[in-house]
Amino acid sequence: MDRKIRVVIAKPGLDGHDRGAKVIARAFRDAGMEVIYTGLRQTPEQIVNTAIQEDADAIGVSILSGAHEYCFKAIMDLLREKNATDIIVFGGGVIPESDYPTLLGFGVGAIFGPGTPTTEAIEWLRKAVAEKRAKEVQA
Amino acid sequence: MFDPKQLQEVAEGRKGYEADVEKALAKNPERKDKFTTGGGIPLKRIYTPEDLECLDYTKDIGFPGRYPYVRGVQPTMYRGRFWTMRQYAGFATAEDSNKRYRYLLSQGTTGLSVAFDLPTQIGYDSDDPMAIGEVGKVGVAIDSLADAEILFDQIPLDKVSTSMTINAPAAVLLAMYIAVAEKQGVPMCELSGTIQNDILKEYIARGTYIFPPKPSMRLITDIFDFCSRNIPKWNTISISGYHIREAGSTAIQEVAFTLADGIAYIEAAIKAGQDPNVFGKRLSFFFNSHNDFLEEVAKFRAARKIWAKIMKDRFGVTNKNAQMLRFHTQTAGCTLTAQQAENNIVRVAVQTMAAVCGGTQSLHTNSLDEALALPTDKSVRIALRTQQIVAYESGIANTVDPLAGSYAIEALTKQIEDGAWEYINKIDELGGMMTAIEKGYPQKHIQDASYDYQKSIESGDRIIVGVNKFQIEEDTSDRKLLKVDASVGENQVKRLRAMKETRDNVKVRECLEDVRRGAKGNENLMPLILEAVRHYATEGEICGVLREEFGEYKENVVL
Repeated sequence: MDRKIRVVIAKPGLDGHDRGAKVIARAFRDAGMEVIYTGLRQTPEQIVNTAIQEDADAIGVSILSGAHEYCFKAIMDLLREKNATDIIVFGGGVIPESDYPTLLGFGVGAIFGPGTPTTEAIEWLRKAVAEKRAKEVQA
Repeated sequence: MFDPKQLQEVAEGRKGYEADVEKALAKNPERKDKFTTGGGIPLKRIYTPEDLECLDYTKDIGFPGRYPYVRGVQPTMYRGRFWTMRQYAGFATAEDSNKRYRYLLSQGTTGLSVAFDLPTQIGYDSDDPMAIGEVGKVGVAIDSLADAEILFDQIPLDKVSTSMTINAPAAVLLAMYIAVAEKQGVPMCELSGTIQNDILKEYIARGTYIFPPKPSMRLITDIFDFCSRNIPKWNTISISGYHIREAGSTAIQEVAFTLADGIAYIEAAIKAGQDPNVFGKRLSFFFNSHNDFLEEVAKFRAARKIWAKIMKDRFGVTNKNAQMLRFHTQTAGCTLTAQQAENNIVRVAVQTMAAVCGGTQSLHTNSLDEALALPTDKSVRIALRTQQIVAYESGIANTVDPLAGSYAIEALTKQIEDGAWEYINKIDELGGMMTAIEKGYPQKHIQDASYDYQKSIESGDRIIVGVNKFQIEEDTSDRKLLKVDASVGENQVKRLRAMKETRDNVKVRECLEDVRRGAKGNENLMPLILEAVRHYATEGEICGVLREEFGEYKENVVL
């Protein structure tokens, strides 16, 4: 009945820590979603283009290098530029809690910090996509 | 190791014990159905002499400083000298990092360890578009010799040994270190230190590669040869398992994949005409010290035994120093929690004890706040004090290899050894580590292990204190974390541009063309890179030439 959730898991910038990204990608896949994992060294442009080409519902950004403000802002700006703001953006990694409000202010939906169970991210994403699709039906 | 009559008595005694166990279980079942080590090795309720039946003390355990080095690589170990207390550090600018190094030295570290930012690790200058947002964030930004001179200001390179965590561009940073020393009047032959220089684990688990495998191995073997001839006290490589473990591997996989990487490096250097009795003396290793105390101690001992055997039997190495596995250890970053971060001090203390009981040559202890950010002065001081307390107050450094002979430890050492050999043999069957990486073999195993680990946490089978048990509501609003501001990047770019105006740009261009010529041919690249560095060619410029000649590695995405 419902189209499977399609989510891109992305590693932006120069950060090579992909353990978390791969774990969440597998968890989403085991939860019945279609996952596209980008691999390392993605520019914000590449990430947004992949999400658009893959007709993704959401982009999950994993970042542990401290470059999160730059990366998330660039991704959100590009989505606006390309009229793709319906794509949900969320993230995880090593991001100080004190920076969460800035990222949420850019339009990022949620940040899942260290210790978050994968089930929490899965439930959040299912809910966010359901809400998005409900709005699309109304519109 | 025990005579048959003794073992018979033990077997009979064990029957009585097992009857007691049945009664005890009937009243009070054990906490779990199955107990395993952190890395998944089944852990018996009790180990006895029967578990060591097949071991021979002289052949399998032996003496420290003697083949197969299970008990350690020096005869007196820490009674002679403690392990080097070497705290990995670096952030923002060379001035900020220099200040941290001088603080650490004043607090009792006995060696330096440089953390570079990601652009530096990946051969990009601070003004490269790929560097935006990343300058100075995870380590110090070093664009040229000018920054390196500031980094080591007031640090006498003839007296202090330095480890540099740099891989793909290791030749460039080593050249900068040599050039700074020259300016201090210290000749190359007196320098002591390490470069990580281990590209295979970058492909497997760490991700800061630049060039494809073949030219990367060429750079590595060029460094081996250059150092064998010119810098005899330099560890030319730190063959690493730390990152493989951080990526989620088991303890056995950590040992196996690291030593298999080692085999690949030895084979490459032999193919390049070098003698393992010579370059083998200056290979070093780098392991993780994880949570499961018994398994970790056994792991370090097993690693020494396997490597000694590989060097002696497989490569015919007779030089004792080349048979020995010398290693640095870092406590496991991946075990630190963001929740109730003060508990990390305790985790690090346990991991420190495991590394010391395992006979490490040098140690970095993580700070309590490292699940959140780079450490503050205060938290890094506590991490250093952890080492000092274990060294001076716990007593475990006062006798060599204190846990040898423990039935559990010797049994686990043997199990890890056997398990690692299985993987090493499998990798040989696949055609060696480089082929195994192309096929995704180590990556897949690491991922599977890391997924299992996460599932075990979420099922409650594995407890992480403060995360899935003993949680609290925390107000972290007044927590002080180290923050690297965007202005660091902006200022570094200004400084870089100013430096380029003052150097002899004609000479720099000539040097870069020499590097290009060298890259196209077969000559050792180190002298050419050194000359370019002396004239303030930037790391990005040198790596840019090498990128053009060697190409760039394309990740084998394994999910």
